[in-house]
Amino acid sequence: MTATTTAARVKKPARKRAQHKRAIAFFVTPFAVLFSLFYLLPIGYAIRQSLMVVEREGTFGAPTEVFGGLSQYAQVFQDNDFVSSLGRMFLFGIVQVPIMLGLALLFALLLDSPLLRGKRFFRLAFFVPYAVPGVIAAIMWGNLFSPNLSPFSDLTSSVDFLGADLVLWSIANVVTWVFVGYNMLIIYSSLLSIPVETYEAARMDGAGQFRIAWSIKIPLIRPAIALTAVFSIIGTLQLLAEPQVFQSFSSAVTSTFTPNMAVYATASIPNSNLAAAMSVVLALVTFVLSFSFLKFTQRKEARS
Amino acid sequence: MSSTVQRTKELESSHSAQGARGPREHVMSRTVAMVIMGAFTLYFLVPIWWLLVAGSKDTGSILTTNPLWFADFQLFQNIGDLFTYRDGVYLEWLRNSVLYAGVGGAVATLLAGMCGYALAKYRFRGREMIFNVVLGGVLVPATALALPLFLIFSEVQLTNTFWAVFLPSIVSPFGVYLTRIFAASSVSDELLEAARLDGAGEVRTFFTVSIRLMAPALITVFLFQFVTIWNNFFLPLIMLRDESLFPVTYGLYAWNTQLNQLPELRSLVLIGALVSIVPLIVAFLSLQRFWRSGLAAGAVK
Repeated sequence: MTATTTAARVKKPARKRAQHKRAIAFFVTPFAVLFSLFYLLPIGYAIRQSLMVVEREGTFGAPTEVFGGLSQYAQVFQDNDFVSSLGRMFLFGIVQVPIMLGLALLFALLLDSPLLRGKRFFRLAFFVPYAVPGVIAAIMWGNLFSPNLSPFSDLTSSVDFLGADLVLWSIANVVTWVFVGYNMLIIYSSLLSIPVETYEAARMDGAGQFRIAWSIKIPLIRPAIALTAVFSIIGTLQLLAEPQVFQSFSSAVTSTFTPNMAVYATASIPNSNLAAAMSVVLALVTFVLSFSFLKFTQRKEARS
Repeated sequence: MSSTVQRTKELESSHSAQGARGPREHVMSRTVAMVIMGAFTLYFLVPIWWLLVAGSKDTGSILTTNPLWFADFQLFQNIGDLFTYRDGVYLEWLRNSVLYAGVGGAVATLLAGMCGYALAKYRFRGREMIFNVVLGGVLVPATALALPLFLIFSEVQLTNTFWAVFLPSIVSPFGVYLTRIFAASSVSDELLEAARLDGAGEVRTFFTVSIRLMAPALITVFLFQFVTIWNNFFLPLIMLRDESLFPVTYGLYAWNTQLNQLPELRSLVLIGALVSIVPLIVAFLSLQRFWRSGLAAGAVK
């Protein structure tokens, strides 16, 4: 195929190539301009802002922005609220992501096994919550958890789902409820791409469904599971809408409950330089975590 | 486009039929599997059922009657109240969401598709660099951009406008990534050469031939972008003050925060939430096959 393209390329008259240049510009320019304006420029701007500090001459002097080096970053790490919001998200991720992906994997394997009837129904029913935006899901569950509004008030009046001890896990429940079906579909699609012949022999030898799933299917779909894990890690660190909504239901959700809420709260002070530094730190943490997780799983893959 | 769907269907039936050839599964395993799936069906659907029931009730009876069964069936009066409250601000929010997510998603898909196609089908200087930069963009979390976007938009005094939410939404690096991979395998060079020999221009060929071959990827990109925009919370939160510009999710959030002062909003929040998710659920379920074929394409390649 490469040979034919190069052959065609040599024969191509010069005029045609110029025309291609125009076509290429036509195809690429709109995206490139918008990408530069709304991705690259903000990234550059955030970095620039994060390196500036506001100085005043005396108490009442006019504020001026001067270059402050990394002093905003030093402040970010001394900001207890921000640091503890990051810690909270690590805790959240360590517990919620494995539970959510474990359930998604279990459902996908059951859908792919001959054990179930009515698969189409289950697949649709489990996917329905993904159509519910995070804000709406949080409003629904906030009502369901609240002691006076809940249909399960016997339970919610004895267990304080919205109190300081449990509210993080109540939010984890909202996220799990929305995303299990979506992750289930990713894993299920990957299971469907395994040829049946791969485990036919094992079945003939009398291996049960559990054995086939554990020894044959799961190792083969590891890349899909790694993909869902990376998406979930990114999602966890970006958490904003659900806890923001939960503020209306629970006084235990502070205005700096998650890193993004801390960014918003800091920007509203307004201290946009510190908030910009927080945004940069959050983006870097997210990038490093998801990237090293990918590398880690790929290395594992190479070894096995 | 139908071929991917067709293939998924075949795979599915072959995977389901595997039991017929092997030994029969133990009755215990079957029962346990059904019980697990049944229990989780309740977990996933009861909250939505509760919302439907609550949406059909009068404000007073939400708290006093059985929360999981209908009492005074007022669904249509409630919808009427919702649509007329404060001169129909809710309908404005719905319209805004359709503009942000529907029109924005369509524009984003077209622009990403054009760029991905050019990256796949033409050789030019800087091609790999562009692709790598865009790929890096996929990894940048969107919420990290919200604050600097706000600062930039306020310098040009465009915060609190329609464009403040719309413009950043029409950029989809993931769309470029997916359409490039898809175009490379589904639009053949021979076909493009044939079109060239027929004298069709490059741009014309894209809009008449290539775009159809890329349809499954484009639909997937549209769906992803639509959901991303529809669910976007940080951008409206940080950009918008004027109620008439809110998308519906943000409007409902705003009402929900006012419940302490205006408790009568509760029934409007619930019916508003219900009305806003019904079209989404219908659209998601009917387009589910595209989700899966698209997800498979994204995950496998």
